[in-house]
Amino acid sequence: MNAAAPILATGRAPSLKAVGMTKIFGPLVALDDVSIDIPAGSFHALLGENGAGKSTLVKSIMGFYSADKGQVLLDGKEVSIRSPRDARAHGIGMVYQQFTLVPCLTAAENLVISRADAPAVMDWKKEKKALDAFMEQMPFRVPLDAQVSSLSAGEKQKLEILKLLYLDQRFMILDEPTSVLTPGEADEMLGLLGDMAARKEITVLMISHKFREVKAFCDGFTVLRRGRFTGSGDAQSATIAEMSQMMIGDTELRERATRRVHNENREVLELAGLFAEDVDGANVIEAVNLKVNAGEIVGIAGVSGNGQSALVEALAGQRPLSDGAIRIHGQNFFPRRAAFDKFKVFGLPEEPLKNATAPKMSVAENIAFRGFDKPPVARFGWWMSPGPMRKKAEELIARYRVKTTSPDAPIETLSGGNVQRAVLARELSGDVDVLIVANPCFGLDFASVSEIRSQIMEQRNRGAAVLLVSEDLDEILELSDRVAVMSGGTITYVSKIEDTDRNTIGQHMAGH
Amino acid sequence: MSAETAGSVPATRTPNVRTLKFAESIFVPVFALFGSFLIFSLFLLVIGKSPIDFFTLVWTGGFGSSFSIQQSLQRSAPLILTALAFAIPARIGLTMIGAEGALVLGGFAAAAVAIPLVTGGAAAPIAWLIMAITAMAAGGLWIGLAGWLRHYRGVNETISSLLLSYIAIAIMNFFVEGALRDPASANKPSTMPIGDAYRIGSIPGTDVHWGFAAGVALAIILFILMSRTTFGFAARMTGGNVRAAKAQGLPVGFLMVACCAIAGCCAGLAGFFEVAVIHGQANASLVAGYGFTGILVAFLARHNPLMIVPVAIIFGAIAAAGGLVQRRMGMPDATVLVLQGIIFVVLLASETLYGRLKFFQPEARGDRT
Repeated sequence: MNAAAPILATGRAPSLKAVGMTKIFGPLVALDDVSIDIPAGSFHALLGENGAGKSTLVKSIMGFYSADKGQVLLDGKEVSIRSPRDARAHGIGMVYQQFTLVPCLTAAENLVISRADAPAVMDWKKEKKALDAFMEQMPFRVPLDAQVSSLSAGEKQKLEILKLLYLDQRFMILDEPTSVLTPGEADEMLGLLGDMAARKEITVLMISHKFREVKAFCDGFTVLRRGRFTGSGDAQSATIAEMSQMMIGDTELRERATRRVHNENREVLELAGLFAEDVDGANVIEAVNLKVNAGEIVGIAGVSGNGQSALVEALAGQRPLSDGAIRIHGQNFFPRRAAFDKFKVFGLPEEPLKNATAPKMSVAENIAFRGFDKPPVARFGWWMSPGPMRKKAEELIARYRVKTTSPDAPIETLSGGNVQRAVLARELSGDVDVLIVANPCFGLDFASVSEIRSQIMEQRNRGAAVLLVSEDLDEILELSDRVAVMSGGTITYVSKIEDTDRNTIGQHMAGH
Repeated sequence: MSAETAGSVPATRTPNVRTLKFAESIFVPVFALFGSFLIFSLFLLVIGKSPIDFFTLVWTGGFGSSFSIQQSLQRSAPLILTALAFAIPARIGLTMIGAEGALVLGGFAAAAVAIPLVTGGAAAPIAWLIMAITAMAAGGLWIGLAGWLRHYRGVNETISSLLLSYIAIAIMNFFVEGALRDPASANKPSTMPIGDAYRIGSIPGTDVHWGFAAGVALAIILFILMSRTTFGFAARMTGGNVRAAKAQGLPVGFLMVACCAIAGCCAGLAGFFEVAVIHGQANASLVAGYGFTGILVAFLARHNPLMIVPVAIIFGAIAAAGGLVQRRMGMPDATVLVLQGIIFVVLLASETLYGRLKFFQPEARGDRT
């Protein structure tokens, strides 16, 4: 690459067209004759539920998969992309949901090592000069000498995009780029990208399921459902209802549980001055104070990495508290097995496969996590009978509609929604007093999302005190009775849902 | 591998998941075993020996006669116990390779505690009981320590257990060459012999010593412990995902240390039998590599306590045939070690086959996005 060339020259944005893309994995047709047309300088949204084939489509374009059928045309000419390296040579780059930066290196080092032709011995002086010159042309900056681990999520995301520009990749694929950003950061970044696209400096294909962003920044969109193309159009003129119709089709959604009004105001859960530390002894949560009443959902909003996951870990017993107390019904609660049972505390952690299941154990065993040491599964407190365990599992699998080949199948063979349903079955089938929920719908499809949210609402209506930690503001706004914002490891804002709005919450999330 | 591709499986078949998983867990190690025999044959051909002769001799030496079968069982006894010492921590997600040290320390402790018992003229069964308990306690403490360090201090258990093994051997040497040295052991420093009256004999009607019976019994007990008790279930949960186990409020630290202590007890017991049956005293002969071969056995048995028994017998047979191979084929004793090494490497490589052989999958799964 040539860093001195005017990278952002207008008119260098390529157009990309993929025609008749088909990809089959065993019995699963992941992509069925999908075409997408992205004109030069467009900011195009790729919409679809989880499992709709969005990732398969972009991975086929990027050369991670070789499509079974179909062509990719770049600027009208057919190109053969058999590996991400080919894609890169054609100027097609991708920003992944997870950052691909090296945290212990500086921004400058990250940029330079990403180059295919990075020399074995670096002339840092020269590189630095070239980088400064490159940065000059950019619409946004990132401190080049800062270590990546010290950058905020927004800055990291910017650096990922700068990396693509630095590598002269003018066709950008962004996979849910705003999931780790504050609403403010997201708007800023999408705005800048939109401007660059409008000046025909780059072409952007963005995977998203946030309609708000699509409406605000994109010009075109394509929708996939179950591996098929279901529609495309002008993002400005299409309505959200039209787009979501294309996304969900006529999938029947379970009725959303309604919020029952009640006069319960018994205080159930109290977090009193919680502190916890990371491995280096720095506080990850600081003086967290919060009360949750019976029959109430308190939503904790916040940008990822502001202590929410540490808080959930502390409540679940995965992280020791260095100070403070958790009280339930006024009694101290220590997250041990006996206390979980005594106080009827249950949890739906984020990424259930990672946090709530043993992936290689069977579905039946995973469902038994809560009850394996109690009758009827265990006799005398130690002898386990597989019969009752299996029976209970079969019953819950049917009741919660967990799709699995057998109760004996390892739970890791299930799809994300079904893993979450199995965990739901385990945690919500009993009598719940306190429910700790963290990003329960992360990565799930539409049908599962509404089902899981209505289950959480049902628990609230039955009188459970629910603490909902979520990075999805829409989820918090939909479910919560009260909202708390977590920033810098502590609760900075608490409000009744009717007394606040998205903007106010967003500002507190950003630490203002 | 083409026989295992999806095409040969009718899509409509709904096979029993458990049966398939079991079949897979048999097929892969057997495949690895035969694969390594093949590679070892190449090695033999390179050094100009006949693989057919070799395997014939191993068969004859290991299983050819009732004498050789008994020899094989005899040799398998410590392997069963040391393999259990690897398999139980493995179920809770720990890679403990310190069985060698626990065996040595257990054997030494048994021999040491035997000195006052023998000189005091205690009844043999009582002496055995005290010796066995001491050996198990010593081994249990040793591996338990590695487990404790892992959970409460974050020390990598594989490295600490390996290093603790060397310390255990050093402790034995320190005493055997010093305070507890039997003056009569001139060339090979040893503890005082326990004497024939305190030697444990063979199972009546055979040459197989009681260590084998103890190994089989422990394998069965530990199989039941791990598969049918709440302790085993909690341990498997912890091994399957320690975060999930903590979120269920399980005492993860206790479970880890307990599994390690059980493992150490097994290895320590192996040391006890080495002293009470084979050597009659503690000396450098205890450091025979059983602890490390046990790792191999446990891997091949997929950490299943019941499977450990037949696998240990196979390795006992290979070891028992070692002498025969040495004499008849003029090959060094280390040849058997080469075979073991090859089996281990092939076995580890074959771990990647799990879940990939379509024949054993209940349904071919697509890549989800």
